[in-house]
Amino acid sequence: MNKAVAITGMGIISAIGNDTGENYRSLILGKHGISSPEILKTIHRDLPVGEIKISNETLAQDLNLPKNHSFTRAALLGAFAVSEAITQSKLKIDGGTGFISGTSVGGMDATETYFKEFTEGKAENSRFIRAQHPGFTTEIIAEHFGITGFVSTISTACSSGANAIMLGARMIKAGKLKRVIVGGTDCLTKFTLNGFNSLMILSDEHCKPFDENRNGLNLGEGAAYLVLEAEEELNVKPVLGRISGYGNANDAFHQTASSENGEGAFLAMQKAMKTAGISSEKIDYINAHGTATKNNDSAEAKALKRIFFKNSPDFSSTKAFTGHTLAAAGALEAVYSLLSIQHQEVFANLNFSDPMDSSGFIPVTQLKAKPIDHVLSNSFGFGGNCTSLIFSKNGE
Amino acid sequence: MKNLHTELKESIIEQLNLEDMEPADIGNEEPLFGDGLGLDSIDALELIVLLEKDYGIKLTDPTQGKEIFVSIDRMATYIEENRTK
Amino acid sequence: MENKIYINGIGSISAQPGDVISWEAARLYHENIFPAISPNYKEFIKPMALRRMSQAIKMGITSAKIALNEAEIEIPEAIITGTGEGCKQDTEKFLENLLDQDEKLLTPTSFIQSTHNTIGGQIALNLGCKNYNVTYTQNSVSLETAFLDAQMQFSENPEINSVLVGGVDEISEKITSFRKLDGQLKPDPIKNTDLLKEDSTGTITSEGAHFFALSKEKKQNTYAEFQSVFMKNSIQPEKINDEIEAFLKINKLDLAAVDTVILGINGDNRYDHYYKNPQEKLFKNTTQLAYKHLIGDFDTASGYAVYLAANILKSGEIPEILKLNKLECSVPKTILIYNQYLGRDHSLILLSAV
Repeated sequence: MNKAVAITGMGIISAIGNDTGENYRSLILGKHGISSPEILKTIHRDLPVGEIKISNETLAQDLNLPKNHSFTRAALLGAFAVSEAITQSKLKIDGGTGFISGTSVGGMDATETYFKEFTEGKAENSRFIRAQHPGFTTEIIAEHFGITGFVSTISTACSSGANAIMLGARMIKAGKLKRVIVGGTDCLTKFTLNGFNSLMILSDEHCKPFDENRNGLNLGEGAAYLVLEAEEELNVKPVLGRISGYGNANDAFHQTASSENGEGAFLAMQKAMKTAGISSEKIDYINAHGTATKNNDSAEAKALKRIFFKNSPDFSSTKAFTGHTLAAAGALEAVYSLLSIQHQEVFANLNFSDPMDSSGFIPVTQLKAKPIDHVLSNSFGFGGNCTSLIFSKNGE
Repeated sequence: MKNLHTELKESIIEQLNLEDMEPADIGNEEPLFGDGLGLDSIDALELIVLLEKDYGIKLTDPTQGKEIFVSIDRMATYIEENRTK
Repeated sequence: MENKIYINGIGSISAQPGDVISWEAARLYHENIFPAISPNYKEFIKPMALRRMSQAIKMGITSAKIALNEAEIEIPEAIITGTGEGCKQDTEKFLENLLDQDEKLLTPTSFIQSTHNTIGGQIALNLGCKNYNVTYTQNSVSLETAFLDAQMQFSENPEINSVLVGGVDEISEKITSFRKLDGQLKPDPIKNTDLLKEDSTGTITSEGAHFFALSKEKKQNTYAEFQSVFMKNSIQPEKINDEIEAFLKINKLDLAAVDTVILGINGDNRYDHYYKNPQEKLFKNTTQLAYKHLIGDFDTASGYAVYLAANILKSGEIPEILKLNKLECSVPKTILIYNQYLGRDHSLILLSAV
């Protein structure tokens, strides 16, 4: 049997912290990062978001970028998180090092700023024209760290980050790469905030995943990356955890909504357990997709019920901490899954009071210490794209 | 003034890109969703914006649409009762 | 042992008519941005679904269905899509409304359809296919990453018999025209068939969709064997020959075994020198072909090169209009495709006759 893929580094920036340590402290203290938009200039000040309160200028300074750089906010956040991951793993960057990033709207923040200028034929900021396309964001991060080999971008909406992790793990297993940085980045934009608002699935309160009275999601921003390395590259490097399972399926039901019985989610989880070679009782914690929309949470709970029957393992959604960071969500939650394994703790599902009538499922609402060997992390997106990942303790 | 029913049919055809249809093809009592005209949940969201844009009616809960967008007749009645412009 | 992968069905929509081998004359364009030739989409997509779809979605679903029909596959075991710029028309529509209406009274349809995975998701929805589904969007290696994933699918899982792989990109009124501002397009309109003679900056662009039904089984009407794909983000121009040689070595092929090479020359004098090295050294004695003078350059234009290669390998004939040199190649057995855009996102694809 294939050995699970080793993770030797992780990096993260989100509304609850600028690195792994800060994120962990917020998670154990139950300190959320939801606020009114300040850096994002929008008329929707009443819509709470998980915004990182650091300006682009400060991020660019921290990364030592020249003044006329063409990093968009997603690229800045991405580079910030990649930097932490590389440092932690003491990663060697050469031709055998790949970079796979998930992003949904890439440099849309730049596009919405300069769109009118470009329409009027002004070329002053033309270096941002290609920024709209996700590959640009990935490429500029790769270039910043001197990665010249395999570089690719996945854009499957809110499952992008999870799919990037899955592809990286598969490429290591297939011997196509020795080392790969995988994850995702997305920043808040007017485009996505207004888009989700037009779908009427944003809450004007702090989101309440899996609560009967949930009324929509809070959008967030962030970036997170993992370093995956082939076994022969490890030497004596500490291994943070392993990717033991992954599954990808399509709901094939509706452009945005999940099918009532959560078919895509069910299939993705089933496939993930099959690749990991473990049965459902082995799962100790589920970091759920749990966006807090009516539709997602009931479909996800149905799918959980189909996999785990009445005895769902401990589960929670951490989106009440960070907001829904779209393409980055799967990557952020991969870091949280690894922290959960590292510290043997289940993080709380904030803002929960009443179980959903349809499932009766109750998430973990207080930080809970327990032995954790395997964590299942779910990410589902528009277009029916569903991905589940399983992270396991090294040696399990 | 144009009859509200016809006006609604014209806006629906335009807003929802029902390219091959004429207002006369939509019956006043014909169900707009499901077996009738065959609209779906995305169309419902488009219709919510149409209510606000053209008639100043603001719905905050998308499920309210289900009771209003039953047929052209039902929509017209609701608009007459609630319009602010 | 690694399984062999065959191309058993192809759906191609581009700015040129379908029957490539028997062409009399290529379609001429005098603009630097030109649209694809649309088939009758109503034959492939139901009207209620069609009414909302942008060009990319329509081209994607239609070419996917053509490829699957030809290969007699109902439900592929994976749908893997590449698109460099995704659903630009819907993105542009939603963005313009957002800016013009100051974030007020926005409708969701164009937002929903703006995500890059819309095409892959819509194909799944249309087929009712619940299997593996991913969308890659890495500029000019978007389709190539999709091929790489497909190849891995076959080798990872012995139960997999068929995978649908394709690349789609559309033009949109404003976003595509922005390419004039940053020098991606030529400053003045040219005739497309003159592209390869040009000595100026920028290129010409268009749109298209190319889907390929890949299968483990060889059939009567199989086009070609899909051998291998390689991509690398940046390469020094003088190193490109080394990369090509290394790629051939991995695939246990001599240079001499490659009897035709298809190059992504796009008339941009700042970057076409990437092709010069292999043209003048490695492939000096090899039949050299080009195609972007026919369909323009866009991120998934290499799908057209794969389509050409597959047809050439199946028919044994090479259309005159593609030829860059006078070298004759009696019956092409192995074709190498090399492409890059703006000196980045390089790719090599290897196909062989069955």
